[in-house]
Amino acid sequence: MQYNIYTFYRDGFRGMVLGKKLWKIILIKLFVMFVILKFFFFPNYLNTKFQTDEEKGNYVLEQITRNASLNKLK
Amino acid sequence: MDFDLTMVNWARAQFAFTAMYHWIFVPLTLGLSFLCAFFETIYVRTGNKEWRAITKFWMTLFGINFAIGVATGIILEFQFGTNWSNYSWIVGDIFGAPLAIEGLFAFFLEATFFAVMFFGWNRVSKKFHLFSTWMVAIGSNLSAVWILVANGWMQNPVGMTFNPETARFEMQNFFEVVFNPVAVSKFVHTSSSGFLFASLFVLSISCWFLIKGRHLKMAKRSIIVASVFGLLSSSFVAFSGDESAYVVAQKQPMKLAAIEGLYKGETTAGLVAAGILRGDKQPGDGQDPFLIKIKIPFMLSLLANRSFSSFVPGIDDLVYGNEEQGIESTASKMAKGKTAINDLAEFKIARKENNNPKADLALARFKKNQDYMGYGYLDKPEEAVPPVAIPYYAFHIMVALGTLFPVLFAAFLFYALKDSLTRESLKKWLLPIGLISGFLGLVAQESGWVVAEVGRQPWSIYGLLPVKASTTNLAASNVQITFFMFFVVFTLLLTAEIAIMLKQISIGPEEGPLK
Repeated sequence: MQYNIYTFYRDGFRGMVLGKKLWKIILIKLFVMFVILKFFFFPNYLNTKFQTDEEKGNYVLEQITRNASLNKLK
Repeated sequence: MDFDLTMVNWARAQFAFTAMYHWIFVPLTLGLSFLCAFFETIYVRTGNKEWRAITKFWMTLFGINFAIGVATGIILEFQFGTNWSNYSWIVGDIFGAPLAIEGLFAFFLEATFFAVMFFGWNRVSKKFHLFSTWMVAIGSNLSAVWILVANGWMQNPVGMTFNPETARFEMQNFFEVVFNPVAVSKFVHTSSSGFLFASLFVLSISCWFLIKGRHLKMAKRSIIVASVFGLLSSSFVAFSGDESAYVVAQKQPMKLAAIEGLYKGETTAGLVAAGILRGDKQPGDGQDPFLIKIKIPFMLSLLANRSFSSFVPGIDDLVYGNEEQGIESTASKMAKGKTAINDLAEFKIARKENNNPKADLALARFKKNQDYMGYGYLDKPEEAVPPVAIPYYAFHIMVALGTLFPVLFAAFLFYALKDSLTRESLKKWLLPIGLISGFLGLVAQESGWVVAEVGRQPWSIYGLLPVKASTTNLAASNVQITFFMFFVVFTLLLTAEIAIMLKQISIGPEEGPLK
């Protein structure tokens, strides 16, 4: 059974014509997205700045209440 | 015209741009998967090899679209973490479950049934292959459910409570989130419009074959199946569109007012069938918002409230209030929202000082006004109004095209059943319209997206969090760089899709021409 599944996928990949080109596009795309874009340009801001959920929560709370003193003046 | 080039607008533009690119691939996947299943069902039932060739041809185009489009949505999740960190933290508990289900679902579906669909011809039984094709169609559409549940929650946040300790909305009732009326109507409308778009795509390419005089039998058969599916989908789109408008009227009245250009609320309100908006119109200035318009009497009241004589609030009523109709002004909501934010800040300070009695008092005050919290971030009441012209024109383009499509499908079905699609007279008018219908379908798709997303501005979570309070504290230049990077990457992907598809279309069915 496991061997049949293995040969099914193996032969399927081997027999591809257009599929090979599409897989190349998918792999290049995933490389650009996950290695270049995600790693160099899209770090998770909170994860890079803070270690714990408590720190992240406190930071966001500070961000969304930072105009509170201004509100009092209005 | 002045453009506000602050970070929030660059982040908005980047998200809109990537979402609109992503949205080219998704509806085509949703609809083409079902069309492949229909073609293959006919093949299995009739045993006719020509239907097998037709199935394989459209399945190849489905595969190209899927391969190019797969994972383009993940870019949006990258943006959440980088540009929208406040938002992604605040909604993390709500979105975690639906997005995780979607990811797992997609993975298992792709690893199993997709493989059978593409590798399984001659390797598995006809019936199991057909079953796999159907599973891909059903699974792809069910996968979309979870994304639309997340989107529906942003438009109408339900089934949650805000935890001021963690600054997060926490899910209280999973089923309330899943069966949110906005999510349900959104799913039905979005998936059926995807079916419609894919039917137009098939119609478009089939018309090209007919005009070129190639693969005539395949083109005619494809047109019959696509027209029937397109006609059925059109009625679903109309039905679900009506339901969507009703839900919007109940949950997002400002969006409805914007898409109809309605500034002063009316009883027995008419629906604007077509009209040109005055460019300098502002809320509360008393000007007629339209330069010219054609209205259908009573229809907006019927659409919004299922009653010809009901009152539909306009932008001015929602911004400045309307005592007679019991509509609170935005200024009043802003005051409550600012109080809520102040109380939240006091709660945070009291907690830090371990002053629990003071924290409890601040929390109790916060809970009184927390439903208005989002309004506390607005600087003026008029900020609660979306940029009216964009959703207004997008809505009317979408509806006009949505009205044209069933007529087009009916005409194609009529002539296809009469076997007269290759008549010279039809080549002059009907086939060229059919040829561009795929593009018109795409315009309708993107317009629908614009209506939903621009129409809900300024909110990222309706009424609770505006877009400007959702962003990360970053410099605009950070987002500008990645905006242009995405522009290049996505344009390359789209170019690749079009080039590979055109090549495959010009090759035609791999099992030889069907004349």
